[in-house]
Amino acid sequence: MKYDITIIGAGVVGGMIARELAKYDLRLCLLEKENDVAMGATKANSAIVHAGFDAKEGSLKAKLNVRGSRMMPKVTEELGVKYQRNESLVVAFAHERAEVEAIYERGIRNGVEGLRIVEHDELLALEPNVNPELDCALLAPTGAIVCPYELCIAAVGNAMDNGAELKLNFKVESIEQKNGGYVITAENGEAVETAIVINCAGVYSEEIAKMTGDADFTVHPRRGEYMVLDKECGNFTKRTIFHTPTKMGKGILVSPTVDGNLLLGPTATDIEDKTDVSTTPEGFATIFEKSSDNVAKIPFNKVITSFTGLRAVGSTGDFIIKHREGVVTLAGIESPGLSSAPAIAEYVEQMLRDEMGMNAPVKASYNPVRKAGHYFHDLSMEEKNEIIKKDPRYGRIVCRCEGITEGEIVEAVHRNPGASDVDGVKRRTRSGMGRCQGGFCSPIVVDIIAREKQMAFCDVTKFGGASVINYQKTKGEN
Amino acid sequence: MIRNLTCIVCPKGCQLKVELDDANAKNVLAVEGHTCKRGEKYAHDECTAPMRTLTTTAAVEGGGVVPVKTDRVIPKEMMFECMKAVNTIRVPADAKLGDVVLENVLGTGANIVTTRNVQL
Amino acid sequence: MSNMMKVDLVIVGGGPAGMSAAVAAYDAGLRNILILERDRSLGGILRQCIHNGFGLHRFKEELTGPEYAYRYEVQVREKNIPFKLNTMVLDITPEKVITAMNSEDGLFQIEAGAIILAMGCRERPKGALNICGTRPAGVFTAGTAQKFVNMDGYMPGKKVVILGSGDIGLIMARRMTLEGAEVKAVCELMPYSGGLARNIEQCLNDFGIPLMLSHTVVEIHGKDRVTGVTIAKVDERRKPIAETRQYIECDTLLLSVGLLPENELTKSAKIPLSPITGGATVDQNRQTETEGVFACGNVLHVHDLVDYVSEEAEIAGKAAVAYLEGKALSGRNIKLATDGKVRYTVPQRITAEENVTVYFRVADVYRDVRIVVRDGENVLVNKKKQKVAPGEMESLTLTAEMIAGVTGDTLSFSIEQ
Repeated sequence: MKYDITIIGAGVVGGMIARELAKYDLRLCLLEKENDVAMGATKANSAIVHAGFDAKEGSLKAKLNVRGSRMMPKVTEELGVKYQRNESLVVAFAHERAEVEAIYERGIRNGVEGLRIVEHDELLALEPNVNPELDCALLAPTGAIVCPYELCIAAVGNAMDNGAELKLNFKVESIEQKNGGYVITAENGEAVETAIVINCAGVYSEEIAKMTGDADFTVHPRRGEYMVLDKECGNFTKRTIFHTPTKMGKGILVSPTVDGNLLLGPTATDIEDKTDVSTTPEGFATIFEKSSDNVAKIPFNKVITSFTGLRAVGSTGDFIIKHREGVVTLAGIESPGLSSAPAIAEYVEQMLRDEMGMNAPVKASYNPVRKAGHYFHDLSMEEKNEIIKKDPRYGRIVCRCEGITEGEIVEAVHRNPGASDVDGVKRRTRSGMGRCQGGFCSPIVVDIIAREKQMAFCDVTKFGGASVINYQKTKGEN
Repeated sequence: MIRNLTCIVCPKGCQLKVELDDANAKNVLAVEGHTCKRGEKYAHDECTAPMRTLTTTAAVEGGGVVPVKTDRVIPKEMMFECMKAVNTIRVPADAKLGDVVLENVLGTGANIVTTRNVQL
Repeated sequence: MSNMMKVDLVIVGGGPAGMSAAVAAYDAGLRNILILERDRSLGGILRQCIHNGFGLHRFKEELTGPEYAYRYEVQVREKNIPFKLNTMVLDITPEKVITAMNSEDGLFQIEAGAIILAMGCRERPKGALNICGTRPAGVFTAGTAQKFVNMDGYMPGKKVVILGSGDIGLIMARRMTLEGAEVKAVCELMPYSGGLARNIEQCLNDFGIPLMLSHTVVEIHGKDRVTGVTIAKVDERRKPIAETRQYIECDTLLLSVGLLPENELTKSAKIPLSPITGGATVDQNRQTETEGVFACGNVLHVHDLVDYVSEEAEIAGKAAVAYLEGKALSGRNIKLATDGKVRYTVPQRITAEENVTVYFRVADVYRDVRIVVRDGENVLVNKKKQKVAPGEMESLTLTAEMIAGVTGDTLSFSIEQ
């Protein structure tokens, strides 16, 4: 038996569980079908740490959201991940007041701290750019923002630093019982033996559950489209602005991001195709219309990019977290999945210890701290010069818009979990995320990846698989 | 027969009207719309034997590419053939701007010359 | 701060504008000059513009981009004008303190007597266009593709659709075709091309590549790599017409949808920018609204021809030296106003009674019009034009006498029938 525990899916849930379990003396493996971690719902969501007033009291969602929100400051500090308690507002027109009051009551019952309703004038004083026709809002001082893929990358990296193994491009095709454990086989024939399986496969958790014979639920994707505005709009609102929610979700929000951009979205459309992350004209129109309900005069001409994420909507309406015969299944981890992730990890750890007989001791070498991915950026001039003296690559700017150096890119390629494609470097360093969207730096990033990974220039992809950037040399042999 | 052309001699892009012999389309009778002599010549050449400068890159010995061009215009229809010829060149790694790296390409009378020093 | 240098004239950017400005400043007698260039060699974007067509005005011959750049690089080297390569300027303060970084010096600061901004421009990215669909590999700006092909020697596409008929897009249509790619179409949102007529002729028509005016890309297809795009005709309000949607199979979408002056540093120095050009507002010396800070080339406004970049940079270079010598650069303060048909002028104001060439662009294609410059009721210039178009920069010269005779505080530029 090779591994004690194997986690399928390196999203933020799988990553946080891996980090939680990496403190134990266990052989731990993390499987991911893509060329990088954080490639599913984790890389495309609202990037919000919800206060916890949305979910129905008594639900797992409510319990784990409130707990996760409380854990998040410590977790992000240990992992060196940007986190800002920027507060959130649920705004309402006069006819929606009763709904906001109901959310307030529910929040109190869920144990959310500091909630209060602010009236029109105070709302406008807090956020001068909101729609002046709004009547009131629920203010949640514990509402916060975080970068979800940064959190996932850091969690996986920390798990790896503590001994966990990560296997990328491992697309699970079958799971067979063997010797009281399981053999997990990938599409490319690679196989992993494990005692315990943890299914964190997001929109695919139903498919994985079917392989383990435990699918009494369904999961379908709900498309959410987003738009990102230039950093010069990052202060347009200080708080995350939600509208009074509907059955399909929390509506279109307007929120600053921890990196200083302004995020608008998501739409909510139930779809069939679990790979369909396209954006649509209807989506853009909905974002324009609905975000303007909340915030007046959004500078839509400052949109720098748009994207779509798929939420894994489960058939029970609540998070599904259960175990049977050595398989832990996590499904339907839609919003507030990111906010809950640290609490979900803790919950699964307790399940393993209390109900599944896991009794491995904590490793003496365990270190919960990971150096921030963006540490170089935050150093003083003198500190930077010390580093540049030792390694001149930190003195060479590659991404002009975000000011990212070659040294940081090389580090992103080599540090756990190492990036091996252009988008992976972008998520780790922000290189290519600025105003020019990689126009200047992407050829240099391709070159650095090729050099550092000893790959051919043409083998460097945008995001793995067939996402080829260059086909061949113009002259001579490849 | 009238042929309308856009002059490519300079960035001005004059719209030229060329009157051609109905019996012989290569016989230029009159040119209108040009604002310089070179434009008039262009109209004649374009209707009789169109010529172009080819700019591309050539492989450098040991890797990489360097920009090159034909040092005079070549017949337009020979551009792709010329590309093939240029693609076989291996430019020495110490070549300087203006060095001839292929003489009289395909008998056109034009040399292929580098347009920058290989070494920066 | 630890390593603060003092330099009379710092030039930010070693492309055609920066080098011309440096040479002009040197020729005006200044020696304490420093060019800061972010790339590994001088020349700027011209290094990857390997096509010919540069230098007809300046040198009376047709040069390629690298050859044009080299003419100036040779001068910079022969005159021993100091420059630092691989050096990124990170910040400029209103007090003219520059923070920069490179591998050798680390982070360092310079107190500059005068600054010439010559950072050039960048391409407008896809995000700004709100094209729907997927986000696969294979969508590049034309300039990024140009770098891959011309500098790195790799082919980023085989079957190509180009959105936008700016000159770089047209040049890349020819370049990709010569290297063996199939360019299926160039779509242009506007009813006219944004590029030079000669480039439509020699880059598209020569190779039978269709230019589809009033067309845009409405959707990108493909999960990993582009597999196709849907294009559509647009109506007068530039909205796609659903019935005209058409799928084109391709593996690459190149964008040539405009250039934006790169003024992040100008903003950091709190220098006011024109919302129309995206560059600083300047006087005839190319002095910004901060004394001693000048701007020239594409960072000021996007030029069609590098020849005019060099010309403008020389003005800035000479004026910077005059400023450092304490010569008065102003006397008058005449604002140049536009009617909307004339979109902008550079300079935007005139501060001395001397001959001034005013560059301007128009908002649409106009035929058989007159370009009129008025001082109140008084007509200073009344110039006939057969055709003016947004893609082609226009210019006219106001003489010292004309300026001396101006009685108001504004000269208005207009296009009239």
